[in-house]
Amino acid sequence: MSTVIRVDGLSKTYGAGSGAVHAVSEATFELAENRIYGLLGRNGAGKTTLMQLLTGQEFATRGTISVFGEQPVENARVLERVCFIKESQRYPDDFRVKHVLKSAPWFFANWDAAFADELVERFRVPANRRMKKLSRGQLSAVGVIVGLASRAPLTFFDEPYLGLDAVARQLFYDVLLADYAEHPRTVVLSTHLIDEVSNLLEHVLVIDDGRIIIDADADELRGSAVDVVGARSAVEAFTAGREVLHRASLGGLATATVAGLDDAGRAAAREAGLELAPVSLQQLVIRTTTLGDAEPENGEPA
Amino acid sequence: MDDSRPIFLQIAEQLEDDIVAGRLPEETQVPSTNELAAYLRINPATAGKGVNLLVDQGILYKKRGIGMFVADGARARLVAQRRDRFREQYLAPLLTEAERLGITPAQLAAMIEEAGR
Repeated sequence: MSTVIRVDGLSKTYGAGSGAVHAVSEATFELAENRIYGLLGRNGAGKTTLMQLLTGQEFATRGTISVFGEQPVENARVLERVCFIKESQRYPDDFRVKHVLKSAPWFFANWDAAFADELVERFRVPANRRMKKLSRGQLSAVGVIVGLASRAPLTFFDEPYLGLDAVARQLFYDVLLADYAEHPRTVVLSTHLIDEVSNLLEHVLVIDDGRIIIDADADELRGSAVDVVGARSAVEAFTAGREVLHRASLGGLATATVAGLDDAGRAAAREAGLELAPVSLQQLVIRTTTLGDAEPENGEPA
Repeated sequence: MDDSRPIFLQIAEQLEDDIVAGRLPEETQVPSTNELAAYLRINPATAGKGVNLLVDQGILYKKRGIGMFVADGARARLVAQRRDRFREQYLAPLLTEAERLGITPAQLAAMIEEAGR
């Protein structure tokens, strides 16, 4: 499997001194070809900055980035293979939807005009309307259409669904899966609506406070943690010496989210009269990222 | 799909269910990875992993250029596997809950006898 992106010790800092903001800190990871990645994290965690760095729209403060084997900044050989759909894409003032679609082939070598026209119909985007007259949802739909029809070998979608209703979002996910199956490419989906997209993802990167805190196969993450529920004393006895991501209690009842519980551990929990409940990818990410807040001494000073 | 377990295992189990129940008879073609992915709205690589798990176990086999098929004798083997697991998967939780409710094994046996009629 060939590597599309290789990032090593990447940091981006805005400002200097005590007011400096570490948007991305010491990120090291690789993305392999033709997979669908989820870039997950809370708002302000550093998702957009990271994608701007990867697409050559920002300079790194430290560290190296290699995209298709080269650094991306002002590098046409790299950028012609990359499509970045941003949350807040700007267009020339008098542009209409059809102008956006007409100019797209200048930027994307694999642009499929017939596919784009089909998507305009399916998403019910008014092709003659001026971009600045579009609703938030229609604007997002245009981004989604450009991202899909570009068929770029490396496509980033940064929170692409703003203002899209549930039907349009489902349409996006369905078309993405179908088109990816026919035209495999590397897709990075940045989102905080984790439950909606978790089944589409093959691999997950979770970023929190500028740091990559999870870099794992989506299917390995699922089932990697489980809620253990029962009498507080039994839960405490069971979790002693185990890795606990999160604890909650209500009166005599307690819940602990336990990581890495194998079959023997599960059997032992049932033996101890404890109930086991699944933890979704979204819950896992929430519990892992809020854990960081509870222990600020482990993080960089903000 | 439930969230608690790897999706590729759930795909494999679903196909196994279909084979055991006779919805996918032996020597019939199973849906392609892309068809499974689109229908279940999951990543095609994940669907492929589930299918390959059954290929490794000899439940499915590949006809080059055509697709995946249910192997001869697959149903009998799955039924045997499931009988082996029946005790731990169904009986153990039943006994645990019965004990919690103060139902004795003899009472439980009587209940099963009665329900089976």
